[in-house]
Amino acid sequence: MRRFVTKRLGYAVLSLFLLSLTIFLLVRVTGDPAALMAEPGASAEQLAAIRKNLGLDQPLWIQYGSFMANFLTGDLGHSFYYNAPVLDLYAARLPYSLLLAAVAMAFSLLIGIPSGILAAVRVGTMWDGAGKVFALLGLSMPSFWIGLVMILFFSVYLGWLPSSGAGTPLHVIMPAFALGWYFAAAHMRLTRSSMLDVLGSEYVKLARLKGLPESLVVAKHAFKNALIPVITLAGINLVIMINVAVVVETVFAWPGIGRLLYEGISFRDFPLVQGIVLLGGSMIVVVNLLVDILYAVVDPRIRLEA
Amino acid sequence: MTNGALLELVKVSTHYVSSRGARVVRAVDAVSLSVDAGETLGIVGESGSGKSTLALTIMRLLPPAAHIVSGQMLLDGEDLLQKPPAEMRHIRGKRIAMILQDPMASLNPLFTIGDQVAEPIRVHEAATRTSAWRRARELLRAVRIPSPEQRVLQYPHEMSGGMRQRIVGAIGISCEPRLLIADEPTTSLDLTIQAQYLNLLRELQRAHGLALIFITHNLGIVAKMCDTIAVMYAGRIVEYGPVRDIFRSPAHPYTQALLNSIPRLGDPGQRLAAIDGQPPDPANPPAGCAFAPRCMRALARCHVEAPPESTPGDGRTARCWLATPDLSHVAHLPHNPAEASALS
Amino acid sequence: MNMRATAIALPSRIAGFRLGDFPIFPALILGGILFVAIFADWLSPHDPQLGSLRLRFRPPVFQAGGSWEHVLGTDHLGRDVLSRLIYGARVSVVVGFTAVVVAGVLGTVLGIVSGYLGRWVDQVIMRITDTWLALPALTFAIFLAAIVGPSEMNIVIILGAVYWTRYARVVRSEVLSMKEREFVRLAIVAGCSKWTIMRRHILPNVLNSAIVLGTLMLGVVVVAEASLSFLGVGVPPPKPAWGLMLSDGKKGLMVGYWWLTVLPGLCIMLMVLSANLLGDWLRDKLDPQLRQL
Repeated sequence: MRRFVTKRLGYAVLSLFLLSLTIFLLVRVTGDPAALMAEPGASAEQLAAIRKNLGLDQPLWIQYGSFMANFLTGDLGHSFYYNAPVLDLYAARLPYSLLLAAVAMAFSLLIGIPSGILAAVRVGTMWDGAGKVFALLGLSMPSFWIGLVMILFFSVYLGWLPSSGAGTPLHVIMPAFALGWYFAAAHMRLTRSSMLDVLGSEYVKLARLKGLPESLVVAKHAFKNALIPVITLAGINLVIMINVAVVVETVFAWPGIGRLLYEGISFRDFPLVQGIVLLGGSMIVVVNLLVDILYAVVDPRIRLEA
Repeated sequence: MTNGALLELVKVSTHYVSSRGARVVRAVDAVSLSVDAGETLGIVGESGSGKSTLALTIMRLLPPAAHIVSGQMLLDGEDLLQKPPAEMRHIRGKRIAMILQDPMASLNPLFTIGDQVAEPIRVHEAATRTSAWRRARELLRAVRIPSPEQRVLQYPHEMSGGMRQRIVGAIGISCEPRLLIADEPTTSLDLTIQAQYLNLLRELQRAHGLALIFITHNLGIVAKMCDTIAVMYAGRIVEYGPVRDIFRSPAHPYTQALLNSIPRLGDPGQRLAAIDGQPPDPANPPAGCAFAPRCMRALARCHVEAPPESTPGDGRTARCWLATPDLSHVAHLPHNPAEASALS
Repeated sequence: MNMRATAIALPSRIAGFRLGDFPIFPALILGGILFVAIFADWLSPHDPQLGSLRLRFRPPVFQAGGSWEHVLGTDHLGRDVLSRLIYGARVSVVVGFTAVVVAGVLGTVLGIVSGYLGRWVDQVIMRITDTWLALPALTFAIFLAAIVGPSEMNIVIILGAVYWTRYARVVRSEVLSMKEREFVRLAIVAGCSKWTIMRRHILPNVLNSAIVLGTLMLGVVVVAEASLSFLGVGVPPPKPAWGLMLSDGKKGLMVGYWWLTVLPGLCIMLMVLSANLLGDWLRDKLDPQLRQL
């Protein structure tokens, strides 16, 4: 187990390194870094000063070195608009995004897994057909459109739910639903196919041969095994959710990281944007690592993987 | 067929029907056989001959596309085909048990050995967790697994192949069934382990008075373990009877070809005798005898008309025109192909 | 070196096509959108960028206050919604298809090279792919758009740059399994150069998966473009893009001007849905192994 963890940790570190390198290079190579880093409407002297500050006249690898040094010490830039360090802003907004993602994930699993199991156990029947339709719709409707339509219905026409902000539990319902809908469909699809695979496996066959009641076969033998790929996907999706939530957060003015990113672009606050991208990517790497470890805990076979 | 047999199949047929009803595959075609308590029956055949389908038919655990279209399956005189699903479920595992071919795939990787061995006991005998697990440890001891107290808490991937197969065997006998069906139980084992495992099965059989049905393509195992043999080809039983008699003088050319294809020691110049050709497409069987296209002794009649069951000897049946009474003078084929060609 | 005859011994799945369960409606819808995109100039009743403030926020014809002059109503600048939807189709089609092709070509080539040549080339490409995949697509696209500035051309390049990794992954794993197959070994033994093998033998057989992935990616790309436009970093105004219409439509949402929101989104949904259905059908026909996607 320890070897496994160490190895995965190594990969994670490598990925973080490559991530920062990529972002660093992209900025340096494709645009004029000074213009980006400067406030909109900066004068020539200000630009020159920024160039000096960033060390843009120095060799690339020295620049990268200071970039990395900053990254590792938590200095991810300074936002113009808010006049605050990016890291602080990120940290302040992160809990909101996490909350939204958690509720949306819970929703997607609560809807996705049971409907997937139902579709698999009743494969070929009306239930399965309904499930397929649900999956298709979910995967095809853009989340922000769902959000907008929901606002139309529940805020404008019915007046039941608030359309923006994050004050009360009521505020989280619509954004979570809009965000989670796509993933509910994805989870349902995966649960269904995973369940079908498992139901056709040799150990399920043996379980039936043992004379176990079908309910026990499904609930005990099939369920846990079928869930493994779904959990993996859910873990990866959680982080994707946080990052894809940009549009949903914008629609609902939900004060999370996505909204922060939107503000960054709207106000041409490049350091903010760059910082968020760096942090977002790093978060994915870290979460992937944790998911891998969790996977090993759940499935005893993985631990032996050298 | 003997009366008072433990299991008796009378002209059982299982067909696979494609979803649009266009293709019908006769996986099991009018099969009749019987097994007594304490007896070991070997079912032999190539892949696709229908042996595994036959086993699943007996257990009535066929996939949705398959239907048992005719016949009777009598267990202690009761017809299994008439039983409602709930009752059949109680029979599975408790009165008839089955072991599958690949022990690694048959065991659920996420549950402990103890859990999986104790499970049928808890379901069929309503045992408590403690007593079921105690029995599980005893069973592991009975199948010669060392330190069962530790093993019950381990997972399938922590065991060797031989141990896994024993565990599957333990699961099989856990509720003391009358009949155990073993589908190619040694195919995935090393040769050295095979012999040990077979001995174990024989011991268990003697200790519990089990009837065994052995499904295999390995005639050596049949010779060692079985009292009776049934040879299957294209879903039909083409020869059936006591092992000794059939090995000495097979009535069906397919049986003879199988026996010939076993390499013999001490004969360095001998070429391996394979059977030419391929088994027939199950959805499109040839007219007449299914083996005729590959048969060295086929008559014109064989290609046109399928032979009925005949009895070339005591307790023996065969489906071959060469074995029917009007051609009985060539019924007993000599074991040596040279003599055979001298005869014809 | 003519190895054609022996090498492409894999069963040609195209030959086994049965058009029985072809999804007609999705094909018609997608075809319709394509048609509208091509003939927008003739089909559109008004100029999509010309508006009259006098006519702002008119509802569609079937609602009180609507007229046949503007069948689907007008937006906050008085521009005809139907015309904007029609021209928006052109944007979605152009950006969508082009980005898919760009990503597809880039990803397939890199996937083949990476999978076939192996060793350090493979490692390098794979590490880059992993890193790319660690960045969530939308965030990455926004980041790139922030650097280079939004324009229709840039969006295509950005989306291509973001999504090529999906292809590379799939193609590479196919190539890896193909390397062990007979026909590749035959070609090597016969003395074909690495590049010939990759071009002549591996590429045609990988094309199946690439095409299926392409249809599935079309939906993803269209939504991505719409999202970018919605956020203001996509196709820049005043060019009508469906995502942009949604963003504008938000202005009228709280007062109930539903047609500015529902209609563009419906178009997006129909296009994505059709692409997904066609992609599913194509995948089932060509390569059921891709079911994992």
